[in-house]
Amino acid sequence: MMHKLTVAELSKGLKNKEFSSVELTEHFLSRINQSDLNAFITVTDDLALDQARAADEKIANGNAGILTGIPYAHKDIFCTTGVKTSAGSKILDPFISPYDATVSHKLNSADMVMLGKANMDELAMGSSNEKSYYGPVKNPWNKNKVPGGSSGGSAAAVAGRLSPFATGTDTGGSIRQPASLCGITGIKPTYGRVSRYGMIAYASSLDQAGPLTQTAEDAALVMNVMAGFDDKDSTSVDRAVPDYTKNLGNSIEGLKIGLPKEFFSEGLDSGVAETIMAAVKEFEAMGASVQEISLPNSAHAIPTYYIVAPCECSSNLSRLDGVRYGYRCEDPKDLEDLYLRSRSEGFGAEVKRRIMIGAYALSAGYYDAYYLKAQKVRHLISEDFKKAFQDVDVIMGPVSPTTAFDLGSFTDSVSMYLADIYTLSLNLAGLPGMSIPAGFSNNMPVGLQLIGNYWSEELLLNAAHQFQAQTDWHAQMPEGV
Amino acid sequence: MEWETVIGLEIHSQLKTKSKIFSGASTAFGAVPNSQACAVDLGLPGVLPVLNKEAVVMAIRFGLAVGAKVNKRSIFDRKNYFYPDLPKGYQISQFELPVVGEGEIEITTEDGKAKIVGITRAHLEEDAGKSIHDLYDDYTAIDLNRAGTPLLEIVSDPDMSSAKEAVAYAKKIHALVQYIGICDGNMQEGSFRCDANVSIRKKGAEKLGTRAELKNINSFKFLEKAINLEVERQQDILEEGGSVVQETRLYDSVKNETRSMRSKEEANDYRYFPDPDLLPVEVDDELLEQIRSNLPELPTEKKQRFVSEFGLSDYDAEVLTSQKAVADYFEAMLDAGADSKLSANWVMGELSAVLNKNQTDIENCPVSAQAFAELVMRIEDDTISGKIAKDVFKAMWQGESSADEIIDSKGLKQMTDSGAIEGIIDEIIANNAPQVEQYKDGNTKLLGFFVGQVMKATQGKANPKQVNQLLNEKLS
Repeated sequence: MMHKLTVAELSKGLKNKEFSSVELTEHFLSRINQSDLNAFITVTDDLALDQARAADEKIANGNAGILTGIPYAHKDIFCTTGVKTSAGSKILDPFISPYDATVSHKLNSADMVMLGKANMDELAMGSSNEKSYYGPVKNPWNKNKVPGGSSGGSAAAVAGRLSPFATGTDTGGSIRQPASLCGITGIKPTYGRVSRYGMIAYASSLDQAGPLTQTAEDAALVMNVMAGFDDKDSTSVDRAVPDYTKNLGNSIEGLKIGLPKEFFSEGLDSGVAETIMAAVKEFEAMGASVQEISLPNSAHAIPTYYIVAPCECSSNLSRLDGVRYGYRCEDPKDLEDLYLRSRSEGFGAEVKRRIMIGAYALSAGYYDAYYLKAQKVRHLISEDFKKAFQDVDVIMGPVSPTTAFDLGSFTDSVSMYLADIYTLSLNLAGLPGMSIPAGFSNNMPVGLQLIGNYWSEELLLNAAHQFQAQTDWHAQMPEGV
Repeated sequence: MEWETVIGLEIHSQLKTKSKIFSGASTAFGAVPNSQACAVDLGLPGVLPVLNKEAVVMAIRFGLAVGAKVNKRSIFDRKNYFYPDLPKGYQISQFELPVVGEGEIEITTEDGKAKIVGITRAHLEEDAGKSIHDLYDDYTAIDLNRAGTPLLEIVSDPDMSSAKEAVAYAKKIHALVQYIGICDGNMQEGSFRCDANVSIRKKGAEKLGTRAELKNINSFKFLEKAINLEVERQQDILEEGGSVVQETRLYDSVKNETRSMRSKEEANDYRYFPDPDLLPVEVDDELLEQIRSNLPELPTEKKQRFVSEFGLSDYDAEVLTSQKAVADYFEAMLDAGADSKLSANWVMGELSAVLNKNQTDIENCPVSAQAFAELVMRIEDDTISGKIAKDVFKAMWQGESSADEIIDSKGLKQMTDSGAIEGIIDEIIANNAPQVEQYKDGNTKLLGFFVGQVMKATQGKANPKQVNQLLNEKLS
């Protein structure tokens, strides 16, 4: 039953020689191969076993670190040398990266074992993992439902116990929302905390990588490795990385929690609302105080995000042009035909939609009305949070207005965009946020969102860990695991 | 109809940084195609640019050298367009907030007058790669070695009113960027490229005419030709009642013609926006002062100093300071002890002529400034005449040895023994009685004949001054 253990437990088991990394890896690989969740795009059996053997050697020699030999699923958005890095897109299906992302490099350096590359919405655009070129991922709690997205493969892998930990990226909720819908823990760090180098860019000013795990303690263990300044990423911040596990045991007595009234208005499913309020009560029982706050510009987060992100992605994805790597159409008759068909055939509908929105919003005559206006509103949204954090330590609320929805139930993009209402604003502000399992509604998991001030990951992890010490929502597993 | 020409130049000056503007790859010219393009230059998925601070320092050096406002905060933007030699599908450039703002530079026009040309701005950007269309029959080859090379685009105000003025301005900028050590100025290798915006209007009209942008000009000669061609073309159109179309035109130096590349309607909408991968460039006073204090003496300052310190004419000082290498050579001669005016004459005269004839420049001159100074000093102290000096210089150019050794070994030392010269003169006067007669009758032009005879008899070694003086005495 090794697959049910947390990263912290596995680390102890490896150290105590209860099992080897090779055994652990073989166990997870066999679970992946038997799984029908479609959580992986690529399974790297041979590489994983090589890494596991190397890890076992280190453990035998007494050179092991805390994460040595621990398997993980790597979101297919991170470049990995010699391994296909598709970002869930046909246009990158033939792309084998010649280099490692900084995050990949850091996990390798910690002697971790990569089981494979996790499925995701194409180029990180989507909230359901239905937009992957490699097919939708199923929610382990109910295989007719979506796991959320874009890190849907990562969340399903951890929830389905196919991997003890998975990497994710969060541009508008892509770690927190699937973590919420799959009943696991996910953290999106402060913008600039984790290097973006080698992470295929969706919206550069919003993208941030983080872990998806069973527990806050595991998230802290992995954050210790993932976080840190990188001179290859000009937007990463040169700021010391604390030991995120150090203060997990601190009492949260006196913690001031703010509940934004805008997060509890119409559109929020009543079952989700009740679950969230019950979780907040639990925090109160631990000595935290709760007050209502207001984030008046929250409603503008959706239109702002859906200008900023498409603008940036319309430019970021220009390099996927069929010229140097990736998909190229057959028999292009001239250069324009090569561009047109390679991109038309290589990108999925949602990606094309966002590229077009972005190109339109940046074009001459519209730039001021859209891009500049969005930047101004973005500033206002940040100011809302700044004000709120003068009164409270942590903001709490739902991650998603509903629990996981049925596969194929959203037919138009805009209504799916609206479901991102609670997650987008903190990407626009660059703040850190978490989703932790808070209970169930209609037999599906509900995630509680914790939003902190800049660089408050320690506090968020501490609060989450304390909650998990009092509750067992995070320990619940889908049937049959 | 009288027309006047309005010209503005956009100069792309390749900065002399060791590595590229946003990656660690080398910028050296001439490497095997695509061997100097790293993951960042190739625009692989996931890569990020990191600004090479040296490029910013170089841009600021330029800004300070043209008295421009250096912006404390400047922004890198993305200029979006698709082309196979542009790996990311956008060029990182500066659009709204360039590092260097308004400045100016003084040029000398054809009639010798000083004219101020305004500089609108100068901004940093990365170069694209190269498309090579004639290497394969069915394919275009792409070389990305140049992709990401730092460029400083220097945009002038539309202040030039003739092709010659445009060339004077371009040459001035060309000299300046080399002076301040930010560009090697090599036009063949594309380190210094000019685009010209050319329009014409009725003389005295206030409104500017519609302009054409001329591209692909890689020498000063072509710049002048291309502008003159374009002015003629626009005049022909307007005089026939037509109107000029705003467009980009390519100069073809082989056919000596310009042809349309794309019209304004076909121009890209570049969808500029700030690059979210890069932070704004912040320049503080401390950095600014540090750069200012490291600036070398600028051409105008040097020119003034040459006039005041060495007593040179404005013209000589201008010529000698137009290239830093020439000015350095000249000053090294003075340091070695040579006279300033004589050195100026010899550098601008014989040295420059021989360099031209051999199609080389002063940096590759086989005769060092010290060696050349020794030669000039031998003229100064009457050891040899100017005429002999030219022969000695030829020998030095061939690498024979130093001026003194050549003078010694070839016995070229000037005759200064007046007794010996007097003897030769007496002989010549005796042998040329008719000429002496004519001279005494007033045909003083014949003095040259006598001098020539003396020089011939002494193989040019007689001191010309002494010869003149003695002849005057004897013939009077």
